[in-house]
Amino acid sequence: MSYFLIVISAIFVNNIVLAKFLGVCPFMGVSTKVETSIGMTGAVMFVMVIATMVTYLLQRYVLMPLGIEFMQTITFILVIASLVQMVEIVLKKVSPSLYQALGIFLPLITTNCAVLGVAIIAAGNAEFDLMKSVVFAIANAFGFGLALITFAGLREHMELVNVPKGMKGVPIAFVMAGLLALAFMGFAGIA
Amino acid sequence: MSKLNIFTKGFFSENAVFVLLLGLCPTLGVTTSAVNGLGMGLATTFVLVMSNIVVALIKNLIPDKVRIPVFIVVIASFVTIVELTMQAFLPDLFDALGLFIPLIVVNCLILGRAEAFASKNNILDSILDGLGMGFGFAMALGILGAVRELLGGLAVFGYKLADADGMLVFVLAPGAFLALGYLIAIMNKMNKKTT
Repeated sequence: MSYFLIVISAIFVNNIVLAKFLGVCPFMGVSTKVETSIGMTGAVMFVMVIATMVTYLLQRYVLMPLGIEFMQTITFILVIASLVQMVEIVLKKVSPSLYQALGIFLPLITTNCAVLGVAIIAAGNAEFDLMKSVVFAIANAFGFGLALITFAGLREHMELVNVPKGMKGVPIAFVMAGLLALAFMGFAGIA
Repeated sequence: MSKLNIFTKGFFSENAVFVLLLGLCPTLGVTTSAVNGLGMGLATTFVLVMSNIVVALIKNLIPDKVRIPVFIVVIASFVTIVELTMQAFLPDLFDALGLFIPLIVVNCLILGRAEAFASKNNILDSILDGLGMGFGFAMALGILGAVRELLGGLAVFGYKLADADGMLVFVLAPGAFLALGYLIAIMNKMNKKTT
């Protein structure tokens, strides 16, 4: 698989949120404002790329030689949880302004299934080497950001619209996400 | 809170999917049919009850600062047990659920109950809470799976009702969002009537 194909497929065709249903919780939770969704995208991108890199190396050079692939789930989630903690500490010291911007989103990322999902997919794909896994993680983070920021923009407009009483809030957001997913299905033709 | 109340609140007033909006990824991802939805719901229930028991047992032993990593390790261990058991005895369901089985670890419902309930209550209450929340989650997934299967494939639990094509969109990704949106609206209406 070429790099170009990996990127296009991860961002549009198999969009991580709208086609694979990973990371739906933050997609629903922090998408009320465009500004916060941009912050969340930055934090997810940061953690996703580092986590995929580390878990890939662990899978290839520790778990597989020892024959303990069944420990994958436990190892990966521990790596992600400690990474999030570490990133938080380092960021606080090195770049307080970036920490201010991403700070509140970082703890949420531990339970973002998109991060663990991408790590498991990348580690399980025999075709991926380290470089391809990293590209795959970056592309997926962009896909997550694209869906999240588009959706946040739509929701901001939805505030002003007169919605039937029973559909207000969450239900109409889901219907809107459905229509967005329908639009993304159009990209399936590319592949 | 009475014992009965702890058990039943997970079904309606605090239903994980319809009211609290927790654990949405598996909810949307695996509910292409009622059987898959129920299978996922029951697997989650098992992990939830077991992790609630363990957390309730060790809550006084773990220092406050490291409790979240400890909870995650407990949950991840039970998820691995479910994963291996399912692979051995229910290979078809294992293939259908795929990536979402290891992802039970990051289901915010489980960590949420460990943190909000099991770490503050005794074992019996924690078991009841886990069962109620888990069955409520399984019920929600079963309903969503049944609706999508009915509209998308004109089938109920795998049995074809008519020899025709359904609305395929409900089996695909967009249908999951649409169906869940309308189900939440209906659920909101029902909850408002009872209170």
